[in-house]
Amino acid sequence: MIKIENLVKTFGTKRAVDDVSFSVERGEVLGFLGPNGAGKSTTMRMITGFMPPSSGRISVGGHDVAEEPLKAKRLIGYLPENAASYPDMTVQGFLNFAAELRGLSGAARRKAVARVVDLCFLDSVLHQSIDTLSKGYKHRTCLAQALIHDPDVLIMDEPTDGLDPNQKHEVRNLIRELGRSKAIIFSTHILEEVDAACTRAIIIDRGRIVANGTPAELRGMSELAGAVTLSARGADEEDLAKLGRVEKLNGALRVYPRDKSKSVELAQQIIELVNRRGWKVEGMFSERGELDEVFRRITLPDTVKK
Amino acid sequence: MRAIRTIVKRELASYFTSPVAYVFLVIFLLLTGFFTFTAGNFFERGEASLAAFFGWHPWVYLVLVPAVGMRLWAEERRSGTMELLLTMPVAPWQAIVAKFLASWIFLALALVLTFPAVVTVNLLGDPDNGVIAAGYVGSFLLAGAYLAITCMTSAMTRNQVVAFILAVVLCLFLILAGFNPVTDLMVRWASPAVVDTIAAFSVVTHFDGFQRGVIDSRDLVFFLSIIGFALFATGVIIRGHRAG
Repeated sequence: MIKIENLVKTFGTKRAVDDVSFSVERGEVLGFLGPNGAGKSTTMRMITGFMPPSSGRISVGGHDVAEEPLKAKRLIGYLPENAASYPDMTVQGFLNFAAELRGLSGAARRKAVARVVDLCFLDSVLHQSIDTLSKGYKHRTCLAQALIHDPDVLIMDEPTDGLDPNQKHEVRNLIRELGRSKAIIFSTHILEEVDAACTRAIIIDRGRIVANGTPAELRGMSELAGAVTLSARGADEEDLAKLGRVEKLNGALRVYPRDKSKSVELAQQIIELVNRRGWKVEGMFSERGELDEVFRRITLPDTVKK
Repeated sequence: MRAIRTIVKRELASYFTSPVAYVFLVIFLLLTGFFTFTAGNFFERGEASLAAFFGWHPWVYLVLVPAVGMRLWAEERRSGTMELLLTMPVAPWQAIVAKFLASWIFLALALVLTFPAVVTVNLLGDPDNGVIAAGYVGSFLLAGAYLAITCMTSAMTRNQVVAFILAVVLCLFLILAGFNPVTDLMVRWASPAVVDTIAAFSVVTHFDGFQRGVIDSRDLVFFLSIIGFALFATGVIIRGHRAG
């Protein structure tokens, strides 16, 4: 649905987006991660046709965004950063406006508005003017606008920014739900969201893609991935050190495999060792890896990696 | 066309959801009333015409039209809704034209509400209503020219006050270039041909014909080309912002 080739955007001498290529198919939810100023919003603005790229091609649903902007825009629902909307309008007025701009009228418009009001829980504020709403409601109003025409492609810039934990949870569920039938890109700072909603994630740093994979693959890049944490009474550090590098934690020992692909064997060896020595096991975990460690390691290469 | 209609409707509605529109209408009517009947010596003139009424319009509009148009793009940029609007399936020129039209319609409404002046002059005497109609056409075009310039200055900045001041300065230049006291001054050091050329850029020069009841195609072209040029410039400025 979305295909991006060699996308570049320069502001003066700064390359905000530097040779980015990726594609998103229907049924995929792509999480867009990266530190502030990495080029996430700029990339999204180019996909939605707001900003022209300096070079490179973007096509949405087979329509080149530069050549057939209106056809591409019709397929896209967009939630901009900070969820801007017209403060002087009521929620209903604003949604009607969005629906009309999307070419819906009469009964189709009423149906579309009713659907998104339902989907985004806006029933109670329908006749309130937008500037009187709390941040969460404002956000959901703008999200409703993005969904009004049931778009095939959904682009969301920090959709959970400023929401409370319950609302975050609802929005993530909604994204996952919608992702079954649409191509979705959303940006976020929050790494749990990647696990909660994405089928794939891209980490972008200083305009370049530095990682692209499923959440599990990204976690696998973590140093921690494959390590086994053992907390057992009588456990002996030196015995475990024969199997791999051992790190002492608070009340537990963590063993890193010499070879990441051998983590299953490592766990097996530790179980054998425990049985042989007769240690009393209180807990034993095989670590999956932590996304934020991966994130920090690849976006801050000089400070974390030693 | 449909997109334009939708945006025009929204913009017009947004004027009337705040009290600003009503305040504007009242101030406009009070000012035109004051200038016509008090400052314009309407009764002492002893003629059945609205010359005293239309003569002041370039000056009344100088402050009021920029006040109406200053928020058009500045506010849209400041609040970030420009991104929302321009990622809708709407071509930028449609949005620009629609926003301009909405404000122009609002100004037309203000102008329509001056009808008591027409009624008064018809009750008191026997004016040439063709001349009055031409005056209204000219006044509407004049307002459109100022408004298009305000659109342009509004697109230049996120700050409405800056947009307002820039628009007033530009419109003031368009008045002064053909304002008699100024042209009289210019004659002292410039050749009449130069003075005439400069005066040809003035809205006053081109508004004069309408006031006399003459709808000259050159005057029409003048106002329409100011509107066209300023809206085109608005488009260029907005494209510049989007490119970053």
